[in-house]
Amino acid sequence: MPMTITEKILASHAGLDNVAPGDLVMARVDVALGNDITSPIAIREFRESGAKKVFDRDRVILVPDHFVPNKDIASAMQAKMVREFAHEQELTWFFDAGEMGVEHSLLPEQGLVLPGDLVIGADSHTCTYGGIGAFSTGVGSTDLAAAMITGEVWLKVPESIKFVFTGTLNPWVEGKDLILYTIGDIGVDGALYQAMEFTGPVIEALSVEGRLTMANMAIEAGGKNGIIAPDALTEAYVKDRAVRPYAPFLSDPDAEYAKVITYDVDNIEPQVAFPHLPENTRGISEVGEVQIDQSVIGSCTNGRIEDLRSAASVLAGNKVAKGVRLIIIPTTPTIYRQAMKEGLFEIFMNAGAVISPPTCGPCLGGHMGILAEGERAIATTNRNFVGRMGHPGSEVYLANPAVAAASAITGKISGPSEIVGKG
Amino acid sequence: MQSTGTIHKFGDDIDTDLIIPARYLNTSDPGELARHCMEDADPGFAEKVKAGDIIVGGKNFGCGSSREHAPIAIKAAGVSCVIAESFARIFYRNAFNMGLPILECESTEKFNTGGTLSVDFDTGEIILQETGERFTTRPIPPFMQELVQSGGLMKHIQKKLKAS
Repeated sequence: MPMTITEKILASHAGLDNVAPGDLVMARVDVALGNDITSPIAIREFRESGAKKVFDRDRVILVPDHFVPNKDIASAMQAKMVREFAHEQELTWFFDAGEMGVEHSLLPEQGLVLPGDLVIGADSHTCTYGGIGAFSTGVGSTDLAAAMITGEVWLKVPESIKFVFTGTLNPWVEGKDLILYTIGDIGVDGALYQAMEFTGPVIEALSVEGRLTMANMAIEAGGKNGIIAPDALTEAYVKDRAVRPYAPFLSDPDAEYAKVITYDVDNIEPQVAFPHLPENTRGISEVGEVQIDQSVIGSCTNGRIEDLRSAASVLAGNKVAKGVRLIIIPTTPTIYRQAMKEGLFEIFMNAGAVISPPTCGPCLGGHMGILAEGERAIATTNRNFVGRMGHPGSEVYLANPAVAAASAITGKISGPSEIVGKG
Repeated sequence: MQSTGTIHKFGDDIDTDLIIPARYLNTSDPGELARHCMEDADPGFAEKVKAGDIIVGGKNFGCGSSREHAPIAIKAAGVSCVIAESFARIFYRNAFNMGLPILECESTEKFNTGGTLSVDFDTGEIILQETGERFTTRPIPPFMQELVQSGGLMKHIQKKLKAS
């Protein structure tokens, strides 16, 4: 029976030869992940169940990244609970300040999630790892608690939608723009309960970072997972990082899809998602005059080294507009060090940006850049819901790092070609 | 099991930041979360909601974050069930895992704030008291029913642990 990559990974982890959409399976997890917000509830449930040990201390990974470095006393108590549990359970992979990065940047970078893996995480953006050919999906704290105990998770096999990207990318169009365009087309529930499989020559040529960005936002279309076939680029990214062996899967050419949607990327320009849903996308040429108070470059969506380089290429030699705060968040210590070594920090600081330590921070209105009532931000993050970055009366516009950088310079939402003239 | 309650109506795409804003996620205490339930969608919700009331949404209820704090806040606020045209998948899962009954109804157009609904969880039938009109909901998959009967996912797991 021909299967998609998603079906193959689920079948292999459920010990089955075949699965089909709609099947309920009990599947083995390669990694179960939690953060400082979701783990405390999971830990409480773990204790209440009477369990004594996690199923495998190498495969339960805890990353306090949301409100860390601790933003207040209550957050400190949550982080402390996670830290104590990690030590008690002698978890191999617990990342505290100094080693800590934004979880979905950190895990692929450290080779902890791999092609062909089945990963669950108590964080909705766990779907990021589809960018390297893993099945990964977000769950709640109770599911995490159960997986920490049993090493298993129950899953319904999703139907798959195949997205085919053809044509030639326009200047400044990145993975972020492709996924925003897709969400703008199908809507925030356009892939509800389904797998989003991104294919085509454009994806094959897209960097691993760009692929991670695309898979990261599958949840914003309601998707269960986003996934991209692992290839030579994936292998080059993974091979020196992998902490254990792995087995990649590919979709069969005759696998069945609920839908096939083809996009000619020649028609796609840098995208901006207007408040208050990621589906409210417009091409940069149709944005009009939108003044901003803040620009945020970071998050599990767009805080990797390629994103910082892209922002730096726009910021170089320029100054942030008066009255605008530009906050740049390298998402892991490795990325932070790399950016520093490459001289990107020099560019950022000359432009007038503030550089934050790795944290989810302002993306979810945690800390390190909260908006006041009536304020407006452009951000490379993933959600622009009401109150997402602070006051319920503030606004968030989503875009790629080059657009966020250009907008910081002009003080209004702007395309990078206005600054660099590449367009 | 049956329940009758007053409707609190919300629209489409009610996200988890509206259900419980991230600024309150520095705690997982149900009572504290309940005090801020639906705050950014309806600032007075926590004060006016009564035990047994019913939240009604449109499509894609609970989209966004995986925070279990969202169904915890709703349940702790005393809400007896959530009825929507569709649910985002993580919210759907979380609600079952922690024992908050949720029902999918093809159209929630006729349910308005202040109205009264009677819900039969065994048959999935909803009656709008004001008009007597009956509505059917999508049946709950057998596996999910099993979870509910066990008292949620953790009880289910505990049963399995004891058996082994």
